[in-house]
Amino acid sequence: MLREIYQALLEFVRTFGALQLFFLRLLRHSPFVFVKRFRLVVFQVYNTGVLSIVLIVVCGGFIGAVLGLQVYSNLKRFNAEDTVGLFTAFALAKEIGPVLTALLFAGRAGTALASEIGLMKATDQLSAMEMMAVNPIPRVVVPRFLGGIIAVPILTAIFTTMGILGAHLVAVELLGVDVGAFWQQMQQTLEPSDIYEGIFKSVVFGIVASLLAVWEGYNALPTAAGVSRATTRTVVVTAISVLILDFMITASLL
Amino acid sequence: MASTKRRWRPKLSEKFIEVRNLDFCRGSRHIFKNLNLTIARGKITAIMGTSGTGKTTLLQLITRQLVPDRGQVFIDGVDIGKLNLRELYKLRRRFGVLFQNGALLTDMSVFENVAFPLREHTRLTNRLIRHVVLTKLHAVGLRGAADMMPGQLSGGMERRVALARAMVMDPDILIYDEPFVGLDPISMGVIVRLVKRMNKALGITSILVSHDVKEIMEVADCSYLISNGKVAASGSPEDMRQQLSETVRQFMHGMADGPVPFHFDAPDYEEQLLGRDEK
Repeated sequence: MLREIYQALLEFVRTFGALQLFFLRLLRHSPFVFVKRFRLVVFQVYNTGVLSIVLIVVCGGFIGAVLGLQVYSNLKRFNAEDTVGLFTAFALAKEIGPVLTALLFAGRAGTALASEIGLMKATDQLSAMEMMAVNPIPRVVVPRFLGGIIAVPILTAIFTTMGILGAHLVAVELLGVDVGAFWQQMQQTLEPSDIYEGIFKSVVFGIVASLLAVWEGYNALPTAAGVSRATTRTVVVTAISVLILDFMITASLL
Repeated sequence: MASTKRRWRPKLSEKFIEVRNLDFCRGSRHIFKNLNLTIARGKITAIMGTSGTGKTTLLQLITRQLVPDRGQVFIDGVDIGKLNLRELYKLRRRFGVLFQNGALLTDMSVFENVAFPLREHTRLTNRLIRHVVLTKLHAVGLRGAADMMPGQLSGGMERRVALARAMVMDPDILIYDEPFVGLDPISMGVIVRLVKRMNKALGITSILVSHDVKEIMEVADCSYLISNGKVAASGSPEDMRQQLSETVRQFMHGMADGPVPFHFDAPDYEEQLLGRDEK
């Protein structure tokens, strides 16, 4: 029993170390790829980011709407329904926006990245590249990684904006909160530092979500079962890491 | 007359690839034990063996996709185990490899697949690239499929596109991993002739991994039969036919009984069917 725990711990430390080395490897190639292979990066921003916009817009809008509804019904008891805008914006910008965007990104784009790279490996495409003297890390992995890093903060901004608009729709248009109060409370109380916190989180989550997706894909067993396992693990591991990191960042910034 | 002329005699200067005392294990399974072989410059060398003998593994060792446990691989006199990544990639530009399943890049068209090495390694103009790619595609009979995606091709067509891609950089060494599997007789004939022609006209050293005895006998100048992690026999096709060793005869004539077991290691058949091996 003790031995099994020890083994599992050892395995975890080993994997974590390998992940860090992989991360450094990606970073080392990143400037070159960004400058010389910018077109590949742009394509991946499209692939991971632009194609996720519909999901982000719909989810953001409805999350904001339901948030507005809940906050309104609770604040009404204290006759403070004017602050609906403030509360929803606060929650969306600092927590819900970055976290949910990262989770949705992992589900929509992370799985696609992991399975694509895993399948390229399973069908010898990565070996073929190596044999053609093309290193697959800068050609295949780094553009996807950078594309994800660029896409997530932008998607987060879209998500948060849509969330606030959703809350506005419910609170102002349907429930009759004063439109001036909705926006004014938000502007007066929300500090730039709150926004910066959200941006910082979205950047960190973007790095984590993209890194884990390409890592799982690149290290997938080259079989059908291996690729499906990598895809599942991408979502699970990203979700856990993002939520743990969110707590740690929030705690350290307070 | 022809047979004496084609008889394979290794000379020192003719060695292009040399594998020396190679050991390789996968897990606890010993795949190669003290393997030695040489591949002559400008010749077609076939590597044969039953499935599971590690033919593909040997190719991966020769191209250093895998690193041997012991022993060396020399290419043109250079020990590839000692090269750094940059030098290795430089060396690999001289290789063309045809993978067992083609390994085309699925997110690019046939044309872009063949153009891929040129775009990565050269600064040719688009016009010139188009020229070269169409020439190579024409050679494998698929110029008309240039705009198709790999997913739309049949297995045999994929292999032919991969062959065009392997040739596009005009390599010194062409490595074919099971090139004849799953080809229809017409494509097979074309590919066999193409392999021969490329070797004759351009002097490309070719390594052919296969177990299609008939085709190998047709194209190869020299062949190695690998069994139990060692070279069981080698020589020109005529030599191989005349070899008296049991292993060679079993392989060349496709017999189930012989020194090479058809069955993978297993407990006693009768005991297992009667359930006596369960405890």
